[in-house]
Amino acid sequence: MSSAARPIATTRSAAGMPTGKLAVWWVVASEIVIFGGLLASYIMHRLAHDAWSVQAAHTNTWIGAFNTMVLLTSSLSAVLAHQAAERGDGPKAARLLNATIIGALTFLVVKAFEWTEEISHGFTITSSTFWSFYYTAAGLHASHVIAGAILMAWVAKDAKRNLELHRVELIGIYWHFVDIVWIFLFPLLYIAK
Amino acid sequence: MSDHAAHHPINYVRIWFILVALLIVSVAGPMLGHPVVTLITAFGIACVKAVMVARNFMHINLEQRYVSYVIITVLVFVFLFFAGVAPDVMKAEGSGWVKPAWQAAASAANASEGGAAHH
Repeated sequence: MSSAARPIATTRSAAGMPTGKLAVWWVVASEIVIFGGLLASYIMHRLAHDAWSVQAAHTNTWIGAFNTMVLLTSSLSAVLAHQAAERGDGPKAARLLNATIIGALTFLVVKAFEWTEEISHGFTITSSTFWSFYYTAAGLHASHVIAGAILMAWVAKDAKRNLELHRVELIGIYWHFVDIVWIFLFPLLYIAK
Repeated sequence: MSDHAAHHPINYVRIWFILVALLIVSVAGPMLGHPVVTLITAFGIACVKAVMVARNFMHINLEQRYVSYVIITVLVFVFLFFAGVAPDVMKAEGSGWVKPAWQAAASAANASEGGAAHH
């Protein structure tokens, strides 16, 4: 795509950075309020109800740790994709984004098995307030993982042909944020027992 | 970020190794069974990991300074939300909020949650 045909959101730089990147940072800022509000509510209720530790004891720390490892690794491949894009190597950036998507799918498959196990033991979203928070927080996060994987597939498709390489950094910023959210969900839902 | 990164290249694999090592510590810490150690290894390390990802992977320190200001501002708003609402959620008694009905409901819920754990 020639520079003249590029949408203004990726070329205008009124705020000292491309408008597309500015928009991603605003998305991150608004997501902080969404997840921050949810987690703050969880923390205040968790501190007020000692009995929640009995429920929290049923979450599987090892599964949570494995998924943390998966997301940290997917963040590594995302930032390496950004590095490749900066060097103008679109095909390599696409391969690394595809590796990140595999990380996202691994996370979701593990989560699906984990939820199946928990639901089969009677721990559903209506079982108690703890499980209500657990499924809401983890579910909201998982929906962001799904959205990120779909967007990355779209970005990788163009990057493979050396098109719109700046988008590799934009989707990377979003993906690292999704990783950070899980970094806080892991101790809250799996370690604090 | 390219100009800055060109002058200060980041070894991303090394950062990843440090993050994984911190993850191992955060899982192992609670096994000692000490609440303070758990607090530090689980939540303290989570904060360290989050800052590491934001700085080294998101390159927030290389962006325009107002990006950091925006992020800090929304974090302050989340803290204000917590500070404003937490007393009402966490305190069942006191000069400003005697809530016998709330206490009764909370006790019943706690008993119910304790019972559900045996399923």
